[in-house]
Amino acid sequence: MKAAVIVFPGSNCDRDLAVAFEQAGADVTMVWHKDTALPEGVDIVGVPGGFSFGDYLRCGAIAANSPICQSLIKHAERGGYALGVCNGFQILTETGLLPGALRRNAGLKYICRTVGLEVASADTAFTAGYSKGDVVNVPIAHHDGNYFVTDEKLAQLRDEDRIAFTYTDNPNGSVADIAGVVSKNRRVLGMMPHPERAADTGHGGTDGVAMFRALMDQFATA
Amino acid sequence: MKARVYVMLKNGVLDPQGEAVRHALGSLGFDGVEGVRQGKVIELDLAEGTTEATVTEMCEKLLANTVIESYRVEMG
Repeated sequence: MKAAVIVFPGSNCDRDLAVAFEQAGADVTMVWHKDTALPEGVDIVGVPGGFSFGDYLRCGAIAANSPICQSLIKHAERGGYALGVCNGFQILTETGLLPGALRRNAGLKYICRTVGLEVASADTAFTAGYSKGDVVNVPIAHHDGNYFVTDEKLAQLRDEDRIAFTYTDNPNGSVADIAGVVSKNRRVLGMMPHPERAADTGHGGTDGVAMFRALMDQFATA
Repeated sequence: MKARVYVMLKNGVLDPQGEAVRHALGSLGFDGVEGVRQGKVIELDLAEGTTEATVTEMCEKLLANTVIESYRVEMG
């Protein structure tokens, strides 16, 4: 599996995400936001957490319009895979690759703690290592993770089984407890919790490892 | 020439910051504040002849996230 991790000014989970991919056995290339092309033959693009461009204007809005994101959009439109975590999820909604938007947390506070996530769909390359209904423990660290979609769009996400993860105890006011959603072709996942921060015993938990392993299996058999 | 863009959360999208301001006003003794919505104002210095249609395009592409925000453009 060839992975690329995008680095924006203000990204701070880029190396963690790269290490999680590497530990699963992937070849990882770091890509700068000003680059105009992804490396040849990339299977999956990681869009990391952090505070790209200082969260100016809106979280992810400036990053979504950077040169590399034009390549990311083309990669996704060709059927390529992408994983956006935290600020990466915000960026993916701003590009329009994923529906909805992330608002300020309902309690207005920045929240940094480990939360329970229920696997709402195991029918994605990202969640195939879990079973539907599994509860995993993964850290969150965000100020703007309050997911919003219209009622109409929510019904569509449910009909199409595109809600990947829900919070067992909603920390931020997200509509329908949503923590992560996939694109219509199920190849782009955005989630606020950080699976790459639950990928080593030193992290205090390894529930995120199954995601990176499942991705690896996906490309090993493809 | 100048343009001013007002960006607000759409009606129906909960504004937790506005709600916090409303509570704070109440605790300062200002009664009767029934709602507060907080938004942003973006001032643009533009080349002469820039049209409102262009500013609207800027709003659609970057200045507002139309999933959750509405915008209003004032030219001049």
